[in-house]
Amino acid sequence: MARMTMIEAIRDAMDVMMARDEKVVVFGEDVGYFGGVFRCTAGLQQKYGRTRCFDAPISEAGIVGTAIGMATYGLRPCIEIQFADYMYPAYDQIVSEAARLRYRSNGEFTCPMVVRMPTGGGIFGGQTHSQSPEALFTHVSGLKTVVPSNPYDAKGLLIAAIEDPDPVIFLEPKRLYNGPFDGHHDRPVTPWSKSDLSEVPDGHFSLPLGKASIVREGTAVTVLTYGTMVYVAQAAAAETGVDAEIIDLRTLLPLDMETIAASVRKTGRCVVVHEATLTSGFGAELSALVQESCFFHLEAPVVRVTGWDTPYPHAQEWDYFPGPARVGRALVETMEA
Amino acid sequence: MTTDGKLTLHVPEPAVRPGGTPDFSNVKIPKAGAVPRPEIDVEPETIRDLAFSIIRVLNRNGEAVGPWAGLLSDEELVAGMRHMMTLRTFDARMLIAQRQGKTSFYMQHLGEEAVSCAFRMALQPGDMNFPTYRQAGLLIAGGYSMVDMMCQIYSNSRDPLKGRQLPVMYSSQEHGFFTISGNLATQYVQAVGWAMASAISNDTKIAAAWIGDGSTAESDFHAALVFASTYKAPVILNIVNNQWAISTFQGIARGGAGTFAARGLGFGIPSLRVDGNDYLAVYAVAKWAAERARRNLGPTLIEYVTYRVGAHSTSDDPSAYRPKTESDAWPLGDPIIRLKNHLILRGAWSEERHKQAEAEILDTVIAAQKEAESYGTLHAGAKPSAREMFEGVYAEMPPHLRRQRQQAGV
Repeated sequence: MARMTMIEAIRDAMDVMMARDEKVVVFGEDVGYFGGVFRCTAGLQQKYGRTRCFDAPISEAGIVGTAIGMATYGLRPCIEIQFADYMYPAYDQIVSEAARLRYRSNGEFTCPMVVRMPTGGGIFGGQTHSQSPEALFTHVSGLKTVVPSNPYDAKGLLIAAIEDPDPVIFLEPKRLYNGPFDGHHDRPVTPWSKSDLSEVPDGHFSLPLGKASIVREGTAVTVLTYGTMVYVAQAAAAETGVDAEIIDLRTLLPLDMETIAASVRKTGRCVVVHEATLTSGFGAELSALVQESCFFHLEAPVVRVTGWDTPYPHAQEWDYFPGPARVGRALVETMEA
Repeated sequence: MTTDGKLTLHVPEPAVRPGGTPDFSNVKIPKAGAVPRPEIDVEPETIRDLAFSIIRVLNRNGEAVGPWAGLLSDEELVAGMRHMMTLRTFDARMLIAQRQGKTSFYMQHLGEEAVSCAFRMALQPGDMNFPTYRQAGLLIAGGYSMVDMMCQIYSNSRDPLKGRQLPVMYSSQEHGFFTISGNLATQYVQAVGWAMASAISNDTKIAAAWIGDGSTAESDFHAALVFASTYKAPVILNIVNNQWAISTFQGIARGGAGTFAARGLGFGIPSLRVDGNDYLAVYAVAKWAAERARRNLGPTLIEYVTYRVGAHSTSDDPSAYRPKTESDAWPLGDPIIRLKNHLILRGAWSEERHKQAEAEILDTVIAAQKEAESYGTLHAGAKPSAREMFEGVYAEMPPHLRRQRQQAGV
């Protein structure tokens, strides 16, 4: 075990996989010599050489398109899109190609590829460095979508993603790179070194895709969340005293419906929390699934707490970000409903 | 080449990395005045070599020489000098403000001031720029209010963009400055569309597209070139080659093309390379391209050869990927010093006037800053209301947003 930040854990996962499997290649904008703008790939080029970790031209369509080509050859590309907000030029390659190669070629061509992207807000990045586009991926048949919330999970899930036979979108909440964040932006930053979740196993270790984690057991209400909001939800539960059971989904697709349904059947209430906008967000899917599988156990309507349906603003970041006050209010109201 | 039949992947690397001695011997610099000035209606295929040379006007002694010289009066050059000095001072003050926590982010122009300042003077009212985040000289030279710029940077109560946009992502239709996107290259093809619209409407306005060397790799750049070429759109396609795309050297985007200007040749677009640190050369080439566009002769592609002396942004530390002294070794010098030497040689400027101008400009910028700060900074004082966050998503606010605004209690 070693203490790691989320950045170090992600880097370690790639390092372990590059050492084990020479088919693993890593590339993206500023990823090679410099090691990425968030330093997730620092040192990998020096260790594995320029043909296994390299800088790409600023062309997200090119990065994803060439990665698909490499995957169909038999390599295992683990590529970086510098910010999830920059993903859109690559969307055609992801949706029409990566996601469907297996299906349309009846398994002749497959795409074992990981697309890593920093996601989410909380860093005053404005509308082009703060978005949470997970629902744009979960809506696409053929993709898996992962959102880790701590160094331990990040390493285990990234290794599982690299080993997965299908394309995986790996969204890294950038506000969590250097420490957990509970939405109290006016308080000192907590580093990962103070959290048990920064204890990461050495060498190869993986966590199954599709297995949620109960981060706080409770009896009053189930909170379904992922990424940065895992910590916001915990703060909200602590501050309101609501005995919430908080589930960190970890992977959105495949989804751990078993854990979700068991919890909601126990608590009878459900609050869904995410940073992304409300309308057609992943929360809508969760809400529908809970209603379908737990309707007769529900004692209150499923509530969603999300980012507002506006572009992500710069100055009004903390009015936009669904912080502990908003989540806490939803918990209390759900209990009173 | 390999002898055993096994393939290897070619991954380009810059000549020098941190710890090495800066080396620009691969940048071939022709003598000032050496590149001919073609007629405006020249057939593009007859000037293909201009995509591989560098048009320069100011020589090492500060003289303006050759066929591209002689377009600007003393007064115009002094004005240009003041624009560049203002932009540099503005940048210096805003960098400090960012470090003081008055804003979240800043991007400076150090070393590249001539490009946008001189280009702006070749345009006419009504023309439209589709800029990147490093062309604020278009606003400074166009007379846009520095207070408004700073209010945008501070996201304060007088921010013309209501706090919605990242600092330096200005927008001013009145000043021919299209709203900046943080996503790269998207504006390049939009500029072509705007120019096509001007032609469809039998208007007289032209457009200018802007992009950096790195972003020419984006598909939107190539789409822009094909549309501009096919429809002979009245657009100037600018590429600012400042050698670095964050940590990535220009060779990664350029590949085997030799130059960025050469990208235009396959599309039959007249493509010129110019010394981006030479105010007179930038102006002369921009004027040539603008006249071509205005005479309905179609697009021109211009590569400005320059160097990003500063960091990419306040989130970047270039010492991690290039030698610290690389900017000192840049062979095309500093645009302000070069114009200063020329003006002194012309008798239109002096060391004393330069010092005086520096002091005046600093006073003006500080006064603007004081005023802007009186309207608040990012984390202190007056700020745009949270209500503004919900406005402007649509022309009319749909019911679901109205509901959310009520929920937010703003």
